[in-house]
Amino acid sequence: MSTKEKAGNGYKWIGQNMKRVEDPRLLTGRGKYIDDIVVPNMAHAAVLRSPHAHARIKSIDTSKAKELPGVILVMTGAEAAEQTGPLPCFANPPVAQPCIATDRVRHVGEAVAAVVAESRYIAEDALDLIEVEYEPLPVVIDPEEALTSSGDAVLHPDRGDTNIALQRTLTFGPVDDDFAAADVVVRRKMRWPRSGGQPMETVGAVATFDEGTGKFTIYANSSMYNYVGWLMAVSLNVPPHKLNIIPTIAGGSFGSKLFVHKVPVIAGTLARAAGRPVKYLEDRIDNMMSCDNHGSDRIYDVELALKNDGTMLSLRMKSIDDYGAYLQFGVGHWGNVAAQASGPYTINSVEINLTAVLTNKGQQGAYRGFGSEVNNFILERVIDAAADELGMDPTEIRRKNFIQPDQFPYKIPTGNVYDSGNYEAVLEKALGMVDYKGWRKKQEEARKEGRYIGIGPITCQERSVFSSTEFWFWNHEPGFALTSSPESVGLKIDPLGKAFVTLHSPFWGNSPETMATQIVAEQLTIDPADIEVTYSDTDHGLNGTGPGGSRYTVMIAGAIAGAATQIKEKMFKIAGHMLEANEADLELAEGKISVRGAPDRSVSIPDVAMQAHYFRLSLPDDVNSGLDANFVYDHPYTTMPSEDRSDLGVFYPIMGHMCHIPVVEVDIETGQVKFLKYVAVHDAGTVVNPMTLAGHIRGGTAQGIGSAMYEQFYYDSEGQLLTANFADYLIPTIMEVPENVEVGHVETPSPFTEFGIKGGGEGGRMGAPPAIAAAIEDALKPLGVKVDVLPITPMRLRELIREAQAGG
Amino acid sequence: MEQEKVVVSVNGVQYERMVEPRRLLCDFLRQDIGLTGTHVGCEHGVCGMCTILINGRTARSCLTFAVQVDGAEITTVESLGTPTNMHPLQAAFWEKHGLQCGYCTPAMLLTAVELLDTNPNPSRDEIREAISSNLCRCTGYQNIVDAVEHAAAQMNGGAS
Repeated sequence: MSTKEKAGNGYKWIGQNMKRVEDPRLLTGRGKYIDDIVVPNMAHAAVLRSPHAHARIKSIDTSKAKELPGVILVMTGAEAAEQTGPLPCFANPPVAQPCIATDRVRHVGEAVAAVVAESRYIAEDALDLIEVEYEPLPVVIDPEEALTSSGDAVLHPDRGDTNIALQRTLTFGPVDDDFAAADVVVRRKMRWPRSGGQPMETVGAVATFDEGTGKFTIYANSSMYNYVGWLMAVSLNVPPHKLNIIPTIAGGSFGSKLFVHKVPVIAGTLARAAGRPVKYLEDRIDNMMSCDNHGSDRIYDVELALKNDGTMLSLRMKSIDDYGAYLQFGVGHWGNVAAQASGPYTINSVEINLTAVLTNKGQQGAYRGFGSEVNNFILERVIDAAADELGMDPTEIRRKNFIQPDQFPYKIPTGNVYDSGNYEAVLEKALGMVDYKGWRKKQEEARKEGRYIGIGPITCQERSVFSSTEFWFWNHEPGFALTSSPESVGLKIDPLGKAFVTLHSPFWGNSPETMATQIVAEQLTIDPADIEVTYSDTDHGLNGTGPGGSRYTVMIAGAIAGAATQIKEKMFKIAGHMLEANEADLELAEGKISVRGAPDRSVSIPDVAMQAHYFRLSLPDDVNSGLDANFVYDHPYTTMPSEDRSDLGVFYPIMGHMCHIPVVEVDIETGQVKFLKYVAVHDAGTVVNPMTLAGHIRGGTAQGIGSAMYEQFYYDSEGQLLTANFADYLIPTIMEVPENVEVGHVETPSPFTEFGIKGGGEGGRMGAPPAIAAAIEDALKPLGVKVDVLPITPMRLRELIREAQAGG
Repeated sequence: MEQEKVVVSVNGVQYERMVEPRRLLCDFLRQDIGLTGTHVGCEHGVCGMCTILINGRTARSCLTFAVQVDGAEITTVESLGTPTNMHPLQAAFWEKHGLQCGYCTPAMLLTAVELLDTNPNPSRDEIREAISSNLCRCTGYQNIVDAVEHAAAQMNGGAS
């Protein structure tokens, strides 16, 4: 075990704005993304997409497509199913998802057949020659209607005559008593719309099946390949050691490449059948319709019980969550809700009533926040409503209910524990940066001129470092109740003293190589220029859960600290032998191991490394040659949930915090919202690299702006996705984001992690939506407009303004 | 399908290839001559990932056929600099953290090249206007503006 590296200010590399080591190759067009992978004799695949949201496949005629010159293989779902089983699913009971639909399509864009050809052009030509006869079935789009579906409208009849996937109420603490004791109950109905990560690079795979060895080699831009990648071997019907997954860097993920299984499994299935390596890369329409990673899509009824003085007592939420056509991650998103259900506040009790439904839409997956961002939205919104009702300033009601610094570690009603925090300090810093009082004055003056300026302070949580218990504790029957979610690192010092770091999870747009370099440099006092970071494939992989839930930096720091400790111990042993000194008297600094108090008596790391690798007969008797260590670092603090789920245990304890304060001006004639100022202060514990953390915060805020104001996967009543391209699905350009998101940091180190680091990858998107809604509502206070439904597009805002003016 | 001859200069190197008339310029660059620094994001001309320069002007290579650039001079990110000898724009993007996943970066760089060619000392608003044609999903754009501004200052300083 490593001894925990404490937080402090005496670091040389941690806390520096080190330029990223990933960048030179990315800046010069030499990154190797999935579409840059070419293997000899490689063919290209394309898939035929269903035009129907819900239909039986009556027949498929592929004969004309097969005749097209250049076509190697045409495969229907039924033919694929002869070799390949259902895709991985973490729900219990599972929902069977074929890689290509067999007898029934359940959403628009679902694959019904695939073609392998000499080029992508020919493959797409051949798709046009496939004839499919469909028998349309009743389409279920409205999640409330899904509650009463029966017969042919049921997507998965094998799970019973219902589209309700899971219904459960969890009560944490004396909710009824607290509501009975309340002076006031504030209630809001809210709607969080379906959006998605939509990275600029889609999902792809290049698969080879070697008939000689019976083994697949698949390049993929998926994460979790060293955690649960073997499940793809199960789908492909080969033993796990007959599949090697090689990671490529990802051109963005934002969660949406958390565990992408369908594309690699399709590529593998086709490669085996075609006898040729196959590249399959989603195009943008594939990705928007069928990437398996739409974000949360929820209807809420929320109640907050308070005393007249603003003290929050209890929170009740009832929600219908529209999961789409499949249920790959179960309702893990609601573990994320429970992780920080009561926010940064001392709310005494919580009740969550969840109904997860299946509809004819692309299935949910992961998107930056994984469902916790929605909880931030509804909680902050209902608190704003309470502040309005009680006549309190939004900052005052929050401040009154903050968990205080001396109360940590703090157990919230759901059972999760928050490690540390200083919410007052974050709020004060943000209020100072934005000049809150000054803007309140300007707002008052502007109102006299008929201008609508609004200020939207919110204070919310960013849980980080998930534990896998949240995958299953919502299930009535847990199923595969795993409790491990480790991260691993291999660390080797070569004979010349260079450090080689092997990560077991991929780059997906974050900065793992930079983080690993800074932390190894800190631990071993090796120059960053002498550190090389690479990624293992599954053949050489150790358990690595990967980025997601803002865990990667915390977890690789833990793994590196563990491996570096072992390396240091061995170096000290060898150095002690070389210097004829007691190990206990040695110290490591500036790349040298010296006798404490006698700096002249020292050996460099390269000296020791050379000795370790090549001079066995000069080593102590009990020391083997070599200088390397592997370390599997487990989640630093997690406990089991109680049997009755009145206490979910500790599963997301590394608790970040943020205060976002946008200042906006609304043009009531056009519905346009302009940012006048935007301040975001975050607490992510000890900051490893302030520059890259600020990058995450700003980028996440831009995505939060998209979720709040522009983006929606909009399905019509027939289940057609009307926003299936970038002309209709509106990702913010530079014109939609603030010119300057001013970022501040407050550091309350975690007592549970190495160096006190907390996660910080998702925060921007977790804070911006409630802040923007609050600012817009505040701007339109004279009109009484309420913002309970997102996205609040200019058109939607104009409707609300019109209604308010007509009503007033 | 019949093929046509294309003669084109890419980053100063002359290429002569037979291509189908429907072959997209992005595929020609990436697959036929192996310059994979140009990326493809949406294939319908919105995201700007595939931006390159045709005779010095930005263009979407996913909306351009290879046969259309017969006789033209194409510039891609590979022309700018190398990891050990970066173009000032690349160095500035590195310095200012103007990229995260890096997928949109080649297009952003070439868009900035065009801007600085015509306007060596742009205001922040002019930089914003110039890069508003391109999506970036990672950065929130702010550091990209910083990087272009920084590069312009460096390049002007170097010239005087």
